[in-house]
Amino acid sequence: MLSVSRYGSSFLKTPLFGAKLRVIVVQKNRPVNLDLKTIKMPLPAIVSILHRGSGVVIFVCLALLLWMLDTSLESDTSFEALKDTLDGFFVTMVIWGVVGALLYHMVAGVRHLVMDLGIGETLEGGIKGARIALAVSGLLILVVGIWLW
Amino acid sequence: MVANVTSFGRSGVYDWMIQRVSAGLIALYMIVIFGYLFLHTDLEYAQWYEFMSCSFMRVFSILALLATMAHAWVGLWVITTDYLNNVLVRFTCQAACGLTAAVYLVWGVQILWGL
Repeated sequence: MLSVSRYGSSFLKTPLFGAKLRVIVVQKNRPVNLDLKTIKMPLPAIVSILHRGSGVVIFVCLALLLWMLDTSLESDTSFEALKDTLDGFFVTMVIWGVVGALLYHMVAGVRHLVMDLGIGETLEGGIKGARIALAVSGLLILVVGIWLW
Repeated sequence: MVANVTSFGRSGVYDWMIQRVSAGLIALYMIVIFGYLFLHTDLEYAQWYEFMSCSFMRVFSILALLATMAHAWVGLWVITTDYLNNVLVRFTCQAACGLTAAVYLVWGVQILWGL
């Protein structure tokens, strides 16, 4: 089955565009593969889905961050109590996770801004940018981990 | 151009811009807060309170809070619109996100206003 896509036929007949436009023909019975297990995600796709995932994680954890802000500013005693709570191993892990998500999200966001400037928009550039984003955020998360312990 | 009633800026171009401007503000705020905590390892309450209650930080915190909620709404709207194709499921989820963001906003203002 063949169909003309994107441009309506009346548009093609206008004197201004008619001469320059080529008719784009798309086959509608192309094979479609939606079995996610057989699709290998390229690196930029992994960076992108992690950007989304970290965003959702941060949104959920905002409750924790706001609670920490509230407790730290309420009084001298609540500040000290919070300090003691944050010393626990499990709590430190959670904080590391949230801060890690924030740092990753920020670095992946900066990658977007760099690409908005037209840098690294090619296929190779995209993969290189994804590698840089993973390396930089990984390093930052490692530094925060060392600092927390 | 089709405007979508649930999108934050009513159009993709506005959302695109809001997302980037708010991201810049949040990134700056994160650098200031993380930088401060990094430089003050043995932080005491009085010191922390003094820092957070100065006019500059109060305004900055409120702005960062507003930016975060706008940023979160645009991001969550994009994600829910992409993955949730059932109108009722999507609307319920977006309503929950909006309510949560509104609660965060009021809570955050309440924390910062009294300083």
